[in-house]
Amino acid sequence: MKLQIEDSILVRDYISGDEKALEILINRHNQRITSFIYSKVLDRDVTEDIFQDTFIKVIKTLKKGLYSEEGKFLPWVMRIAHNLIIDHFRKNKRMPMFEGSEDFNIFSVIGDDKLNAEKQIIKDQINSDLKYLVDELPDDQKEVLLMRIYKDMSFKEISENTGVSINTALGRMRYALINLRKIIDKNNIVLTNS
Amino acid sequence: MEKIYFESQKKGSSFTAYRQTIQFLISYSKSLRFVEHNNIQFEISLN
Repeated sequence: MKLQIEDSILVRDYISGDEKALEILINRHNQRITSFIYSKVLDRDVTEDIFQDTFIKVIKTLKKGLYSEEGKFLPWVMRIAHNLIIDHFRKNKRMPMFEGSEDFNIFSVIGDDKLNAEKQIIKDQINSDLKYLVDELPDDQKEVLLMRIYKDMSFKEISENTGVSINTALGRMRYALINLRKIIDKNNIVLTNS
Repeated sequence: MEKIYFESQKKGSSFTAYRQTIQFLISYSKSLRFVEHNNIQFEISLN
């Protein structure tokens, strides 16, 4: 007779650092969650994306120590998936398709690269504020962000200069942006040049 | 709510996520760390 470890125990083990526990949880509930998502979106690729995003949220919540629904792991994951499915439909509804015509081209009216003096001052102020925010980042992320944004280096060049792979440089850039957003949200900072 | 989810599944077909997706999630999890600095939690990837 094969004994199955309860979800709540696997969740506790995962939070304590046992990565294998996550694999068991994912494999145990893979079919239910994937089938549920597919039954709503009816698209295999979208299903895969939502499944992945669902577990990224699960992983982050558990690692941050924010999970508090012990014993109800699957319904909790299903709720996350459900919310992401709703987000998916909302996003698709909110993004109208625009096609230009012979008389009118949207690209002729958007993207004005000549800023007036006032906008230039605001832009300089934003850049200056951003430098303070960037200083709050961990050193490895700050290094990649400065090379990419301020020195305009490619990820290949960043990789060569820092001795890490391109994927790692890309990952660090991604986390730098995520963390910058967090600092901005946490401190209610408004950066705008509208 | 749990019942609604599982009832809705009975009507549809059965699928599982691709092996690559699961592998990605496992690697992602292994590489992800959270550290705190000045009361702000930072995400760090160790890949």
